[in-house]
Amino acid sequence: MSKNKQSRDVSVPDDGADVPARFTDPGHPEYRPRQSDLDPAADKRAERQVVALFGLSVLGTVGFLVAYFAVPPGNTVASMRLSNLLLGLGLFLAMFSIGAAAVHWSKSLMNVHERSEDRHPLRSSDQTRAAAVEMLREGATDSALGRRAVLKGAMVSALVLAPLTVAVPLIGNVGADWNVSKLKHTMWRKGTKLTIDPSGRPIKAADVTVGSLFHVIPDGLDKTAHPLDEKAKAIVLLVRLDPRDLTEAADRKGWSYQGIVAYSKVCTHVGCPVALYEQQTHHLLCPCHQSTFDVADGAKVVFGPAKRPLPQLPIEVDADGYLIAQSDFHEPVGPTFWERLK
Amino acid sequence: MTTAASRGAAATADYLDQRTGVGVAVKGLARKIFPDHWSFLLGEIALYSFIVLLISGVFLTMFFVPSMAETTYHGPWAALNGVPMSQAFASTLRLSFEVRGGLLMRQVHHWAALLFMAAIITHMMRVFFTGAFRKPRELNWLVGFTMMLLGLVAGLTGYSLPDDVLSGNGMRITDGVASSIPIIGSYLSYFIFGGEFPGSELVPRLFTLHVLLIPGLILALIGAHLFLVFLQKHTQYPGSGRTDKNVVGYPMFPIYVAKAGGFFFIVFGVIALLAATMTVNPVWNYGPFDPAVVSAGAQPDWYMLFLEGSLRLMPGWEIVIAGFSIPLNVLIPAMVVPGVLFTALALYPFIEALATGDEREHHVLNRPRNVPTRTATGVSILTAFIILIVAGSNDLLATRFHLSINDITWTLRVLLFLGPWFAFWITKRMCLGLQRKDRELVLHGHETGRVVRFAHGEYIEVHRPLDDHERWLRVNYDAHVPLAIAPEHDSRGVRRKGYRRDVLRQRLSRAFYEDRVEPVTPAQLAAAHAHGEHDALASAEPTTAPSLERAPAGGGGDLTTREGHPSNDARNQ
Repeated sequence: MSKNKQSRDVSVPDDGADVPARFTDPGHPEYRPRQSDLDPAADKRAERQVVALFGLSVLGTVGFLVAYFAVPPGNTVASMRLSNLLLGLGLFLAMFSIGAAAVHWSKSLMNVHERSEDRHPLRSSDQTRAAAVEMLREGATDSALGRRAVLKGAMVSALVLAPLTVAVPLIGNVGADWNVSKLKHTMWRKGTKLTIDPSGRPIKAADVTVGSLFHVIPDGLDKTAHPLDEKAKAIVLLVRLDPRDLTEAADRKGWSYQGIVAYSKVCTHVGCPVALYEQQTHHLLCPCHQSTFDVADGAKVVFGPAKRPLPQLPIEVDADGYLIAQSDFHEPVGPTFWERLK
Repeated sequence: MTTAASRGAAATADYLDQRTGVGVAVKGLARKIFPDHWSFLLGEIALYSFIVLLISGVFLTMFFVPSMAETTYHGPWAALNGVPMSQAFASTLRLSFEVRGGLLMRQVHHWAALLFMAAIITHMMRVFFTGAFRKPRELNWLVGFTMMLLGLVAGLTGYSLPDDVLSGNGMRITDGVASSIPIIGSYLSYFIFGGEFPGSELVPRLFTLHVLLIPGLILALIGAHLFLVFLQKHTQYPGSGRTDKNVVGYPMFPIYVAKAGGFFFIVFGVIALLAATMTVNPVWNYGPFDPAVVSAGAQPDWYMLFLEGSLRLMPGWEIVIAGFSIPLNVLIPAMVVPGVLFTALALYPFIEALATGDEREHHVLNRPRNVPTRTATGVSILTAFIILIVAGSNDLLATRFHLSINDITWTLRVLLFLGPWFAFWITKRMCLGLQRKDRELVLHGHETGRVVRFAHGEYIEVHRPLDDHERWLRVNYDAHVPLAIAPEHDSRGVRRKGYRRDVLRQRLSRAFYEDRVEPVTPAQLAAAHAHGEHDALASAEPTTAPSLERAPAGGGGDLTTREGHPSNDARNQ
């Protein structure tokens, strides 16, 4: 190689015969004395500093106790903040000063000559290993296991099966009824009134002006057995657009009412509430991962990690002009799961 | 002189020793030597944060009610008066505002958790970059790695206990991620939540995990971690007098009793200062959990940000096979990305050992520059981790700096693939450059700034040679060469078993060690000196430094040629 040739100048010295192949360890560097080793006054000064630091800790503890008794958190933000600040500063001084004192003591007053200790290989000696193997062999012979295959099989079976006594009841109960098909339905039914979250007041179509957004829950939510579970699936966003801006799929023509559309509020990505609405662009934004949906165009994804549009809730108005659902969502809401389409 | 106190101590010691033989332990431990370096404090910070977590955590359990039963708040925090909420949230408000010192303890607990994870990860970085995971410490690396994972789970479970809006949406994301797993997803979600999200079991379940199971496991692993440190003795940084056969430093008693014991109080004090002056997780501003509510700018704790960022960067891919849905937009960022990252971290010591083919015990640490490929790999992983963390804050970047969130997301998507490669390349070049700088220093000494003119008119700068200790630090390392393997066919022309595996291993080894800078040998130094100071400058310069530029682009090569190793590039064998 050409490189070998070029490096010859350096690596093959003329008088190289008696030069060792590698450098040798020069050994421990000499101890460099500290100020306090050389000057008794510095030593005394360091001692006074350590004492002062311990003293500061005592002051911190006293301060903490004074703050605890004399400065109650009270009822205002300012008083709570003050109480927290004073207690925290007291705790800081009490703890930090002990540490500073101990470290300063060790660095300036203790004997800090470096010492060396030998390491020994971790591996046990061949003799020890042989003895250990011999012991195991003896034990195995004593157990008489090698000659009794049935006994071995019975023992293994018993040990493998016994944990089922704990595992079966645990797994049986931990997922409640394990009825995962509930994920596919919500409490919306034909005729369920759309009401405002959280007041539960029904919404008249006439009250929904163009450009406005309503956070909606189904009527009767608080009378269900598990209101939070139902709410987590059934939350809806209601928007009224200028009907000219609205692009509707052929099979969904009858799902809106005079430009009013209702979509699931649960993001199809991982389920956060899609709560940010930009009126100018008709975009809904999920604040968790920024999936963006176009309300004017079937809530299709225009940006972000979500894949599917938000499911649409078909709506109509009842005889009194209140908005009601035509049915449940036509597909499961929320994040994708394995058997979602089954 | 025997005082009453010393007589009492002697009597106690005698009493204990007669019953436990504690004298053996004291004899073995009291003057045990530990090496000293600031970077060894990182692990200690993790340990002490954990102790602070236990102390403040016990305080919090006295007042926290782990229940999702509904209640209505009445108390000093006027903004939430009369609001329905879970008992978990209400008791969090009570312990923050009505229990004196409770708010401080909550803040201490949360800050300690943030510091705990930060210390664990920086400690892992220190261990990684200095090669402290090499034989015999591979098992302890795995123990530490497991604690890092447990720390993440401890953080996630604890952070969700107050049952506020922010953490509730975190749990909603957890549910979405669990549901995304093929076949078992929905059942896993039911397993976690005791039925549908959010259910009424979550907080009590998280509580048990958070205060019993996870800290118990962490405590046991800390025991194993420290036991192995005692057994194997601590690693030490390279330097004169320090070898793989000794340990140089200060005795446990009194130096480390004072230093390490004192450091616990320093860590506690700093956490207290953070808690006193900087509010963390003000759940009273977020409000109780409601599945319909979310706050803009939602962020998890920092150690979860990489997962959040990974979810944010992923494009919306989802596939349906035979009617079954597979949401790649969740599976890849939340399962595959951390899976690959964590598997790579856990296995790294074994991968490097395979490439090195080194069976020796190592107790002297590497200077990161002396193992360029490892250092570059570490920086590359960190770069990906940091890009994901930034991606987890893309909304804040967009609002604070008035940038388009779409642009930020697209930039980070590209950076996630380019950044780590660029970081790898530049780090490796920097390491090689630093090694060459070391060579130059050893060969030519320090610049003195003193310029001398010779009689014949030439100017040179006088260089001061390194002293023995300075030089030893720079020449005492192994530049591993790629592994050589036995030929494919043996002497009788029979194809040998295991050849394919060996070839793969050799390829790995080459990737690691093809580019390298060998330490200066005494012969090279003697040659540099024999030519006289200014001659050495002239002749040694082109042989060391420029050879890198000439290294073939595809394979690299031996950057300096060492005496006695004319062809230690494995391809020539």
